[in-house]
Amino acid sequence: MTDLLARAVDATRDFDSTRALDGVSLDVPAGQIVGLLGPNGAGKTTLLSLLLGLRRPTSGRVELFGGDPRDPASRRSLGSTPQETGLPATLRVGEVVDFVSRHYADPMSLGELLDGFGLDRLQRRQTGSLSGGQKRRLAVALAFVGRPRLVILDEPTTGLDVDARRSLWDGVRAFGETGGTVLLTSHYLEEVEALADRVVVIDDGRVVTDDTLDAVRASVDLRRVSLRSPAVPDLPGVVRHSSEHGVHHLYTPDADALVRDLVVSGLEFSGLEVRGASLEEAFLALTGDRAQTARKKAAAR
Amino acid sequence: MNLALTHTRFLFLETVRVPIAVIGTMMFPALSLLFFVIPQGAVADNPVFATAATAQLSLFAVISVCLFTFGVGVSEDRSTPWDPYVRTLPAGVAPRMVGRMLNGTLFSLLGVLPVVLLAALLTAATVSVTDLLVGVLALVAAGLPFLGIGLAMGYSLPVKASVPVAQVVLFPMAFGGGLFLPPQVFPDWLNSISVLLPSRAGRDLVVGVVTGTDVPARAVVVLLIWAVATALLAAWAYRRDEGRRFH
Repeated sequence: MTDLLARAVDATRDFDSTRALDGVSLDVPAGQIVGLLGPNGAGKTTLLSLLLGLRRPTSGRVELFGGDPRDPASRRSLGSTPQETGLPATLRVGEVVDFVSRHYADPMSLGELLDGFGLDRLQRRQTGSLSGGQKRRLAVALAFVGRPRLVILDEPTTGLDVDARRSLWDGVRAFGETGGTVLLTSHYLEEVEALADRVVVIDDGRVVTDDTLDAVRASVDLRRVSLRSPAVPDLPGVVRHSSEHGVHHLYTPDADALVRDLVVSGLEFSGLEVRGASLEEAFLALTGDRAQTARKKAAAR
Repeated sequence: MNLALTHTRFLFLETVRVPIAVIGTMMFPALSLLFFVIPQGAVADNPVFATAATAQLSLFAVISVCLFTFGVGVSEDRSTPWDPYVRTLPAGVAPRMVGRMLNGTLFSLLGVLPVVLLAALLTAATVSVTDLLVGVLALVAAGLPFLGIGLAMGYSLPVKASVPVAQVVLFPMAFGGGLFLPPQVFPDWLNSISVLLPSRAGRDLVVGVVTGTDVPARAVVVLLIWAVATALLAAWAYRRDEGRRFH
């Protein structure tokens, strides 16, 4: 049996009358980098809060290193990061790191950690005086202080510029290469594409897709057909249609058939362009229309 | 225990880096003494009355720190993203609670300091060094039920609710416990309610110790019951707290 560092078994969580998670099952085996995707309000953060021991599931079960996440002993090899840039503003960088590191048996040294995250020389600064990017890097660095086996990162690079994001990705990848396990959520599909071995898509409190990055990419393997035209009629095979400044983007699994249909329809158009859709575009086509998803779910049941 | 000290140190630094919070804590009881006790010759010039009044206002300082710094302070902390993060660290209830308790004690004593200094300089209040030290311990003990109430409030109420609740608890408790007017002037019906309050039990303990009079056994029992009950309440509130509801 593979070593499961975290798992949810049919976990459901209600807030009053709202069902934030609806029977979610998820296994996070050792050594994997799992990307958790989903629109805002899909239940990603609720799922993480169960795995971090912050909340109890209404029904079902969550486990961390085989124990209850609410038991402090289960969290000894877990690293996580404060949401947003919620650091205590009046405390110094060194003090915050020191506070966190004292919770672990074999923490990284302050210098080693700050160097690794490009925060050296900031040790004496109060966290409230750091730039947004520096705060974010410190927040992520805190997840690694205790030399964890599993790191849970909720939107780790929100608010970072491109360079800072890439250097953080390098850090996460390096952690993964040394056998570390990561569960991360992100708004940036690019980020999940760059890091994850496996992608779990959550929408409306349920797992919609759970597969390898390549398989998810293949299942949402869409083409984008762009053209300039005053109006485009409904055509078969188009899963999503968007337009800006008179340019229409049509997403379809079969671009050849769509182009033939366009020509046959007699529509006047110019500037025809066909390319593969990015995972982000495909993802929007997959979850963008909630009504459609709901219908799909109803059909699946 | 090391972790408890780590949490204590961290909470202490957080509080002292906002000096106005500390100064505010130190001012109010001292001003009360200055305006309400010192001008009244009958109290200020009588060693026993002045010492008792000082003890009562010191206890008031302790109670207000417990309810505000801890009741309201904990609510505020819970509304920040840092708090849920700390809850993911591998530490249980104890280190954070102990940290909060030690900080409560420390800042309560800071609030008491100016009251005692003013009383020593400007009134006939008098106390031996031993009684003063025992009195400080008595103050800490008398503050425990309010620390429990403060923490229970902090972990179960949002900031907007905890501020008015702290006020609603503080003033009736202080008045009913005989911290503003001595219980000797209470009518019987008020006195029979008063003796069941933790503020009254605490007052009797502290006043008894510093004026060298007997501490009624009832006060010790009432205080103990309140301290245990509110500690349980605080632990319960902490355990059921899940931070902000939506996220």
